[in-house]
Amino acid sequence: MNKKIRILIAKPGLDGHDRGAKIVARSLRNAGMEVIYTGLHQTAEMIVETAIQEDVDVIGLSLLSGAHMTLFTDVTKLLKKKKIEDIIVLGGGIIPEQDIPKLKKEGISGVFGPGTRTEEIVEFINKNVKK
Amino acid sequence: MNEIAANVLKEDPRAIARLITFTENGDFEASNAMKDIHRFTGNAHVIGVTGVMGGGKSTLICEIAREFRKKGKKVGIIAIDPTSPFSGGALLGDRVRMMELAMDKGVFIRSMGTRGMLGGLASAVYDVVEILDASGKDIILIETVGVGQAEVDIIKIADTTLVVLVPGLGDSVQTIKAGLMEIADIFIINKADRPGVNQTVAEVESLVDIECSNEDRRTPVLKTIAKEVNGIKELVQEIETHKKYLKNCKKFDIKRKKRYEAELVEIIRKRLMNFIFDESKFKDKVELLIDQIYKKEIDPYSAADKILGKILK
Ligand SMILES: Nc1nc2c(ncn2[C@@H]2O[C@H](COP(=O)(O)OP(=O)(O)OP(=O)(O)O)[C@@H](O)[C@H]2O)c(=O)[nH]1
Ligand SMILES: [Mg+2]
Repeated sequence: MNKKIRILIAKPGLDGHDRGAKIVARSLRNAGMEVIYTGLHQTAEMIVETAIQEDVDVIGLSLLSGAHMTLFTDVTKLLKKKKIEDIIVLGGGIIPEQDIPKLKKEGISGVFGPGTRTEEIVEFINKNVKK
Repeated sequence: MNEIAANVLKEDPRAIARLITFTENGDFEASNAMKDIHRFTGNAHVIGVTGVMGGGKSTLICEIAREFRKKGKKVGIIAIDPTSPFSGGALLGDRVRMMELAMDKGVFIRSMGTRGMLGGLASAVYDVVEILDASGKDIILIETVGVGQAEVDIIKIADTTLVVLVPGLGDSVQTIKAGLMEIADIFIINKADRPGVNQTVAEVESLVDIECSNEDRRTPVLKTIAKEVNGIKELVQEIETHKKYLKNCKKFDIKRKKRYEAELVEIIRKRLMNFIFDESKFKDKVELLIDQIYKKEIDPYSAADKILGKILK
């Protein structure tokens, strides 16, 4: 058996910046993971459909535009509706401190604000993905 | 029948995706399901897409898929990118150019890392073709990693191989000479909106003239602008003509048997390697032999005899 962690890095919403997402993608690759990158402007439906086909362990959502509450939770709601329980959802980007508890309650298990070291994200994933 | 196999036959995307993961990971559960589905395969036409890096392979595949969808065909796509030999990780980015297909239930896309395989393919790709075939896909498109020198293994698995070149680079001709001439069933000069396209077409045509002078079929050379959906209808037409040609001249059966040969070799290779290098009782023995080779107590050939002798008996 030779399991590799697979992770989808997706950018929901309208902002056109994916530099941060690409940096995280590279770090995860360098940590031995398979990173599926899908580009900008993804809807929740596209993200979930892609996550199913790619059979990922983790979905990493990245957002700079501040609409994270709805865009992130759209994804977790859709996963719940489809009874998909084995995918961990992470959020990154500019997220105000006070929103983090709400996001966690909605099923975003890890929230990483600006200035997060990529090693923290790698560690979090390694610890939380079932081997 | 194995439950996951049954669900693959019902075209359940989650079962398809999970079985692919099992085969990629060499999971024990995979082989039982794979045994069950083989009877239900053989219908899909497998199209390999290879060629220069950044030549527009992913964009082309998206448009080819859309054209087949218009004809009511179901499509599977396997997009292969290189696994880093240092970290074992991979950045799989081909989907960026295929997002228009993301919501189409008649399309299933899977990205794969090469995971140590040379030749431009991933080791599990044979399994993935079988799985997509069994799940009712009529067309399976495979994108190989961009071509350096020897990424020509696609020929072992594809019924029709498309080689994608671009104008301008004198490179295209060099690339062809490095082994792509023999594997191409159709040449595509993509990015035909770029200058120099007619010269590149002429160069490729003259190489085809030499290569095909004794053949019953001349490899067509097509111009496309994938980004503007230009030339795609003609390309799909050529793919269908090639399929008919294969069926008429019995080359189809030969190709399919070659594929199964390659698949069989791959299964045996993987099992042997696992047996020798992963199975614990063997692992110790192998480590001992490596130590002895190092100390010059034994030579590598005799060591190999010792390992294989045990298995082949
Ligand atoms: N000018 C022009 N650009 C194109 C055309 N087709 C694709 N492109 C662009 O070429 C770039 C590479 O396209 P891809 O489809 O990613 O090429 P690829 O061969 O899959 O690339 P790799 O998988 O990285 O080897 C993208 O920016 C495309 O938009 C075309 O017909 N004309
Ligand atoms: Mg590509």
